[in-house]
Amino acid sequence: MVKQVKPNLSIKLGALELKNPVMVASGTFGYAQEFKDFIDFKKLGAIVTKTITVKPRQGNLTPRTCETPSGMLNSIGLENPGIEKFIQEKLPFLHKLGIPVVVSIAAEENPDEFVALAQQLDLLAEVSAIELNISCPNLAKNKLISQDAEDTLALTSAVRKVTSKCLIVKLSPNVASIPEIALAAQTGGADALALINTLSGMSIDVYKRTPKLGSWVGGLSGPAIRPVAVRMVWEAYNKIKIPIIGMGGIMDIESALEFFLAGAIAVSIGTANFINPQTSLEIIAGLQQYMLDNNMQNLTQLIGRLKACQG
Amino acid sequence: MSIAQIKAKIISNQRLNGDYGDLEFESGIIAEQANPGQFLNVRVADVFEPLLRRPFSIHGVKDSKVRILYRILGKGTQALAERKPGEFLDIIGPLGNGFDYQPIAKSEKAKSILVAGGMGVAPLVFLAEKLKNTKPLVLIGARTKNEIICAQEFEASGCKLGLATDDGSLGFHGQVTDLLKTILEKTHPQAIFSCGPQAMLKALCEIGLKNGIDTQLSLEEHMACGLGACLGCVVLTKSGHKTVCKDGPVFTEGELIW
Repeated sequence: MVKQVKPNLSIKLGALELKNPVMVASGTFGYAQEFKDFIDFKKLGAIVTKTITVKPRQGNLTPRTCETPSGMLNSIGLENPGIEKFIQEKLPFLHKLGIPVVVSIAAEENPDEFVALAQQLDLLAEVSAIELNISCPNLAKNKLISQDAEDTLALTSAVRKVTSKCLIVKLSPNVASIPEIALAAQTGGADALALINTLSGMSIDVYKRTPKLGSWVGGLSGPAIRPVAVRMVWEAYNKIKIPIIGMGGIMDIESALEFFLAGAIAVSIGTANFINPQTSLEIIAGLQQYMLDNNMQNLTQLIGRLKACQG
Repeated sequence: MSIAQIKAKIISNQRLNGDYGDLEFESGIIAEQANPGQFLNVRVADVFEPLLRRPFSIHGVKDSKVRILYRILGKGTQALAERKPGEFLDIIGPLGNGFDYQPIAKSEKAKSILVAGGMGVAPLVFLAEKLKNTKPLVLIGARTKNEIICAQEFEASGCKLGLATDDGSLGFHGQVTDLLKTILEKTHPQAIFSCGPQAMLKALCEIGLKNGIDTQLSLEEHMACGLGACLGCVVLTKSGHKTVCKDGPVFTEGELIW
């Protein structure tokens, strides 16, 4: 019997090294402490925080969530305590977990807020990476930064100038061409891309004749959006050189593998944290097993290794 | 106290009259910690449709057995009704703060009134059991007599009962809050504990404030995580937004802004 070598799950996003490619997605894992009683955080590749803004934000009207076929809509509206309180009250707990902390940030009014936030976070050793949330669909804006290639390029370059930390740009699927936007973020100096944020959606209670969300429109997530996300990861993978963190309806190891095969170097678990908070840990174990079963020593043997259908 | 994610064995899953069901499962860890007013976030089946967990109040605890009460209204509760004894149910809990009932339970002279609207009986049956030495008065309101449930369970805990139906088919003809008003003309309880639809809770809040009675209201909201992480279920209070799932579901009459 041939002795099997434990596969190497480590990856690099720019200068940041992760011991495995499984992270938890922004907005679905709070600031981690909410899960402390029953999640072994140390096993995670990284944690992405709920998006932080300069000032505290109240967020949107309720109802803020509703279930849809194999998915859910949410319109939280980036409720968060603001950067100061985040640093004082949330970051110390996250730091103690001993895993890379990715801080998701967003601007409310002016894109300059991204720069200010990044400058502030750049000084903190507890922060491993910064994720630019330029794709939240719940901010009552006509157009998102990530819906315009020029805006994406300008913003990414502006933030790149003020931080040497790993810079991740999270993109919206609500665009005509994802490779075009992905390329703009790469040109702007992003270390990695997070694909995809939620799809803009709406659901109606026909008996009350009201929208099911207080803000009428929200972001669709869950298994329902997975094929869209896989397609976008694959399209972007074929156009850009920087690593892609794939996400969108990953519920188990099979769905995570779809993203790796489509070209993602890492995956992020979002909505599944609400259904089974152990999902990310189960995927890490499942990935190790899949690689063992298929004689893979490292992730390059898996990432993007798609074959054409046999006719 | 700590939150657990467990796979609990279903002991029984009985269909009650109408669309109601009563499910009992085995879990020492939840039974030991459970407080009335707390809830469980239940994955009704190992599928992704319906996707989200469903929150259910803890309806009763006996030794290491825990009960939930449900009404079949949609896909989630329909799936739950189909679960069989011997199967395992993925449960996260106990969640939320629960009622602050100890001060009442400790004093035999303390008078309290429990007010339930429809399915709001679910957590109050568990509370009544904890308060049985004080023999609280229980008021149940519903649209019609078939929706008045658990009356016998309250009586088994030694509670006196008052019933109200919107259509007058049983008990007082009208809202349970109007029945309460007539009772408050004659008596002044130390506390009101309540669970039910929002309009009822809002009315109770006003009654509590007007009469100077400590009133605890168990709220319901759409939830995703149940842990205070997603901020889907917030309510407005005097100290800003609070989550129904973690900071609540029980709030006091003074803190809510309607």
